[in-house]
Amino acid sequence: MSDNLESFRAEIAEWIAANLPADLKGIPHDEDAICWGGRNWVFKSDAQRDWLERCHGRGLTCPRWPTEYGGGGLSRAQEKVLRDEMVKAGAPSPLESFGIWMLGPALLHFGTDEQKATHLPDITAGKIRWCQGYSEPGAGSDLANVQTRAEDKGDHWLVNGQKIWTSYADKADKIFALVRTDRDAPKHLGISFMLIDMNTPGVTTKPIQLISGASPFCETFFDDVVVPKEGAIVGTQNRGWDVAKYLLTHEREMIGGGGGGLTAGSSLAEMIGTRDALVSEDPIFRAEAMQLEVDAMAFGLTMERYKDMAESGQGVGDASAMLKYYGTELNKRRHEIIMSARGLDALDWDDGAAAPWLRTKANSIEGGTSEVMLDIISKRVLELPSK
Amino acid sequence: MEKLVDTEDEAMLRDAARGFLDNFSPVSAFRKNRDEGRAFDPALWSEMGQMGWAGVLVGEGDGGSDMGHRAAGILCEEMGRTLTASPFISSAVIAATTLRAAGSDHLSSIATGETLYALAVDEGSKFAPSRTAMEARADGNAFRLTGAKAFVAEGSTANRLLVLARTSGSAGDEQGLTLFDIDASRAGIKQDSVETIDYRDFINLSFDNVEATGDDVVGDVDNGLAALAPGLRAGQAALAAELGGLSAGIAAITLGYLKERKQFGRHIGSFQVLQHRAAHLFAEIEVTTSAIAAAGRALDEGSENAALLSSLAKARATQTAKLAVMEGVQMHGGIGMTDEYDAGFFMKRARVGAEWLGDYGHHAAIVAAHRGL
Ligand SMILES: Cc1cc2nc3c(=O)[nH]c(=O)nc-3n(C[C@H](O)[C@H](O)[C@H](O)COP(=O)(O)OP(=O)(O)OC[C@H]3O[C@@H](n4cnc5c(N)ncnc54)[C@H](O)[C@@H]3O)c2cc1C
Repeated sequence: MSDNLESFRAEIAEWIAANLPADLKGIPHDEDAICWGGRNWVFKSDAQRDWLERCHGRGLTCPRWPTEYGGGGLSRAQEKVLRDEMVKAGAPSPLESFGIWMLGPALLHFGTDEQKATHLPDITAGKIRWCQGYSEPGAGSDLANVQTRAEDKGDHWLVNGQKIWTSYADKADKIFALVRTDRDAPKHLGISFMLIDMNTPGVTTKPIQLISGASPFCETFFDDVVVPKEGAIVGTQNRGWDVAKYLLTHEREMIGGGGGGLTAGSSLAEMIGTRDALVSEDPIFRAEAMQLEVDAMAFGLTMERYKDMAESGQGVGDASAMLKYYGTELNKRRHEIIMSARGLDALDWDDGAAAPWLRTKANSIEGGTSEVMLDIISKRVLELPSK
Repeated sequence: MEKLVDTEDEAMLRDAARGFLDNFSPVSAFRKNRDEGRAFDPALWSEMGQMGWAGVLVGEGDGGSDMGHRAAGILCEEMGRTLTASPFISSAVIAATTLRAAGSDHLSSIATGETLYALAVDEGSKFAPSRTAMEARADGNAFRLTGAKAFVAEGSTANRLLVLARTSGSAGDEQGLTLFDIDASRAGIKQDSVETIDYRDFINLSFDNVEATGDDVVGDVDNGLAALAPGLRAGQAALAAELGGLSAGIAAITLGYLKERKQFGRHIGSFQVLQHRAAHLFAEIEVTTSAIAAAGRALDEGSENAALLSSLAKARATQTAKLAVMEGVQMHGGIGMTDEYDAGFFMKRARVGAEWLGDYGHHAAIVAAHRGL
């Protein structure tokens, strides 16, 4: 490792030590502890707000984004060091959002200077919370079949239609949505990627409860929603599919990364907790757990390798489908093992293992199902014949 | 062994059960129970009593219908298909079989369904009766029970309990355990409710110096595992049948969806990858169904293979149900993840069924040992 990186490591470790509020040190990485930001965000504690503000001040909410938008301007090597040091210090992520994971990368690639200047600083500061309006009742795996339409009314678009499975739509400030702007074109060529404020009259949401008990996703309705044209469309009108796909590769890496061995905060043993000898000596448990550790570690390295490839200019492209497929199936396996290792204890909601276990079942559905990922790999990466 | 197909009587029983459950206990009834915060519907249970289900394993002399274990399995398969919640396995199978083997006189009220039994064995996070630590201290002619029982099925509704406790030796010894049949309201028993993921009635119980007399002992003192063995085997076979039915239930819902949902302008059931997985699931269910039927037959015939086959059935059914619910949710896409849809209920009950009365590892080890491994 270069001297530069070592001095960066020392500097960042010192910064974390000086700035991480004591109350946040080592808090569990569960859903409740996440800071999502946004206009209506109520901080869980002063410490959570302080940590967000301090990290944002240092560009650490989006370490790799350009500094002009509130990012850290770090190289990938520096970002790795930062992540290591954050884990070492027991520091939670200061901010998570669909803006960071999905919209930001798409804007950096396709956005105009004006769109970047308008939206990216609000994302890095945690001021605006975005949601993703892709899926519709008739457009899930067949995403290009979206029917929500935006009619050209001169100075504005008039949007009508329905989205479904919109995660956190009821809590989000804005939505990036796929809308049909040309009904006569072939289905992939009539879609635009549109930014819409959720406060606009005519936008309503209805929460849908998940099997894990929580209610984080919604139906989202658009009834005669007026969207001023200025800056509304990202990329080229009617070519929103390109933006959508680009964004999906980021989303898929992110979801797949949830199953990462090296990147995941806690080890399997930690997640299981102290167990009865009956469990630790059960050959079936041992075989499954051992295989999981082997696969998870190698998968973590694969995530690293793909990021290294991307940085050295070798496009990852459709192979991100592999990361999404593998990582999510791995994560499902992990939680099955945790459930069975915790045995009867885990059958009590209060034990806390069941809700995350049930939630992982969505990992292989959201952001494109495992079947769709395997389809992408076989058709586009392996170029298998379709007839 | 009697054939592994339903006899004429059994086929009639299955049809009748299916008709009754489709009418009075479809999955929507389970949802209603869940929403109203009750583990099962007492009116439904009383109907089951009248139809002879509660007395399925009670002799006719005690007012039972005495239809046998295979019949009990058929009822469980059908109840599993619609996620019917009832104290059937705890009371009509485990308690009835245990007490009948011991010549108890509590059988007639089990047969009517008026007396509800719960089995209080587990103490740790895994099923392991010989690890029982609860103390039953001799006190003159009586015993004093002190300790805790975890995750007792039907624990909050049962009026009687079968409790396994230690009269000698220490946790891990097969000997030195004694089975007691006591009233659930006896002084010193405290209930601690559990919010179970399948919304059924499970509870933790603590015992503080609870009195049991010599009359309360089932079988012999210090030989409780032997007294419990017939009931456990029967319970495991019945639970396997429930899980088999559950697998068939979610598979049927999933097949229906594959034929109905369209993407890319086609039924998703026309995609070969889903066809093959549905076909694979069918194969797994068929293989498990045989083990379930054989376990029921072996129990009815008093075969020396009954324990092996009950474990085989429970091991198979646990894995098949896991596959069926995972495929069920996955093949539905987003809607399968919603509480509004039923698939999640099947997934949660399958997880509870996987643990209760011994998990896959427990039963697979028994099968392997029988096979000389
Ligand atoms: C928890 C959760 C959060 C979500 N959040 C969002 C969000 O924020 N925004 C958003 O826009 N969407 C979101 N989604 C929606 C998600 O992207 C869709 O559910 C997903 O793309 C699948 O679409 P579908 O639900 O319509 O299933 P369908 O497409 O109907 O799929 C049903 C089944 O058919 C299979 N199938 C479909 N086509 C094929 C094929 N060609 N070959 C083989 N099998 C096939 C699927 O793999 C699946 O198993 C979320 C979903 C979940 C579960």
